[in-house]
Amino acid sequence: MSVLSAEGIGKSFRTHRSEWHRILSWYVPAGQVRYEKQILKDIDFRVDAGKAVGLIGQNGAGKSTLLKILAGTMQPTSGRVHIEGRVAALLELGMGFNPDMTGRANALNTAGLMGFSRVQAEAALPGIEDFAEIGDYFDQPIRIYSSGMQVRLAFAVATAFRPDILIVDEALSVGDAYFQHKSFDRIRQFRAAGTTLLLVSHDRAAIVSLCDRAILIDKGTIRMDGHPESVLDLYNAIIAEKEGYSVRQIIGADGRARTISGTGEAIIDKVALLDETGLETDILKVGARVTLQVDTTVVESVPNLVVGYMIKDRLGQPVFGTNTYHLGKSMEKLEAGEKPSLRFTFDVNFGDGNYSLAVALHEGDTHLGRNYYWQDLALTFTVVNTEHSRFVGISWAPPELELVR
Amino acid sequence: MLQRLWEYRFFVLTSIWNDFYLRFVRSKLGSAWLVLHPLSQVMIYAFILSNLLASRIPGVSGTYGYAIYLMAGLLAWNLFSEVLDRCMKVFVKNANIIKKVNFPRITLPIIEIGSALLNNMILLIVMTIIFLILGHGISWSILSVLLMAPIIALLAAGVGITLGVLNVFVRDIEQVVPIILQILFWFTPIVYPASGIPEKYLTYLRLNPLFQAVTAYHQAIVYNKFPSLIEIAALFALSMIACTVAFSLFRRASADMVDAL
Repeated sequence: MSVLSAEGIGKSFRTHRSEWHRILSWYVPAGQVRYEKQILKDIDFRVDAGKAVGLIGQNGAGKSTLLKILAGTMQPTSGRVHIEGRVAALLELGMGFNPDMTGRANALNTAGLMGFSRVQAEAALPGIEDFAEIGDYFDQPIRIYSSGMQVRLAFAVATAFRPDILIVDEALSVGDAYFQHKSFDRIRQFRAAGTTLLLVSHDRAAIVSLCDRAILIDKGTIRMDGHPESVLDLYNAIIAEKEGYSVRQIIGADGRARTISGTGEAIIDKVALLDETGLETDILKVGARVTLQVDTTVVESVPNLVVGYMIKDRLGQPVFGTNTYHLGKSMEKLEAGEKPSLRFTFDVNFGDGNYSLAVALHEGDTHLGRNYYWQDLALTFTVVNTEHSRFVGISWAPPELELVR
Repeated sequence: MLQRLWEYRFFVLTSIWNDFYLRFVRSKLGSAWLVLHPLSQVMIYAFILSNLLASRIPGVSGTYGYAIYLMAGLLAWNLFSEVLDRCMKVFVKNANIIKKVNFPRITLPIIEIGSALLNNMILLIVMTIIFLILGHGISWSILSVLLMAPIIALLAAGVGITLGVLNVFVRDIEQVVPIILQILFWFTPIVYPASGIPEKYLTYLRLNPLFQAVTAYHQAIVYNKFPSLIEIAALFALSMIACTVAFSLFRRASADMVDAL
């Protein structure tokens, strides 16, 4: 059952010959529109009750406009939004706060702005005071708060009442680590209690750990709608996208989409993990020595080639990454037809679980420079702990224990 | 619409209260400023016109007659200009919440009207006390102000919201209106008696709705007479027309307003 559905939403901002023509157009249907800028086109998706969806896209892709339309503050030019239940939209924290009023007075007023009655707002006050953890400052004017305290109070008020649908716009990447943690926990609790979540973030970890699904908005349309990691990979590729650049996705045997992108001056022929005996493997023991082999071909001569790799955990969070530039071995002046092969040997000091590996060929020290070839999920491997004592976490840092009694 | 407004009554009430309360917290004299502003206006006019130009208001005797006449007129005028000014600026001022929070936007001008009415009522009470100190008798007719104030506020709100909606798109309005208000002020018998106006201009000046409003205030406060109900009814009808225009414009502009803010 979908609680939120966007049916063919389009939004364009119109420029009239003059503002007076715009005012006239409310009463007289006339074609004085001089210029129409399309921000969103045919946005179509549904979200089922209790699901969490991440919205990603570059600045200016239309995410904020879409959120405003879903939150109900902006009207779409075409299409319609269907929503069941109460929506809370955290598009910006601390809106409508009056700096000269106390935290308490602002909390009450903001609860009112959210449509709650005096009784409901007053009942929620102790919870707000408790969650914000600002102590005596709660009865002081907000202008003397630190920015962190303001954000904490704002978040506490905004989430004092569990909504049926929660729309969050990057607002979570504020406050200190402790409070971020706490706000994520609250969102998780909401989810567990059945709240549908729509999250906009550039934070990979937030999307991957909170969402079941992600939607990539690019140039006002839905570019991809699917598994968060696959969508994030495509998004990363688009960030580096430039002139003459190709981005394609292939669906692997496991059903996950792999993103390959790049300008193509150099390509990867083969990526393999070899164990100590030189055999290809995808199951590694904790602490074992392993070699990552990357075979490349230079298609067009390039002045500089850097080969890098990144190991990511099951949630898509980076575990370890480096490249030949940082290792002091970037290659200069490569001719077309050369076939450099690289072997990175390292110890698998990771905890057990599934990992993926992305490989990139580029110029300079990051892939944001000229990106020749980029392949996410170039291979996946599993780390198993068979020889060492039990431990948890993604990193293997075995201690030596001295015990004094 | 009215139902949603009712659901948001708590927001409207706390916002009016906050607006009122804020006048007390950050200034030393707090609420006194509410009264000191119009009083200083009264003192300037009273000094220049009554003492320097030695004008007399017919039918009002006593040393303070002119000051009382001024105060009554300013009570009406200040209500009108404050409501109009607040409603004109309300949408631009709250651009951020309008764009990012889904709530009935009609609450915003209602909060402004409520705040202005509250200020005006305090001014009325203080003026009444001053009148009594000055020895000017007050009769029951002053209660008719309580009927006229909401009507003046409605008229100002109708005009103000209309201008406020247009101001979102054409920001020049905010600059032009103070000039027009200034002109209107001098074409309303506030600092001079209506009886002093030459007959040939009087007909035109009577077209100014504030002419009626201010005259009615004079009747009720200065001359202790109940103002004519027909004039109040006419003013009310005009307020309703202004509010209807404002409401229609507001509804049609709603979608575009968020885009333009």
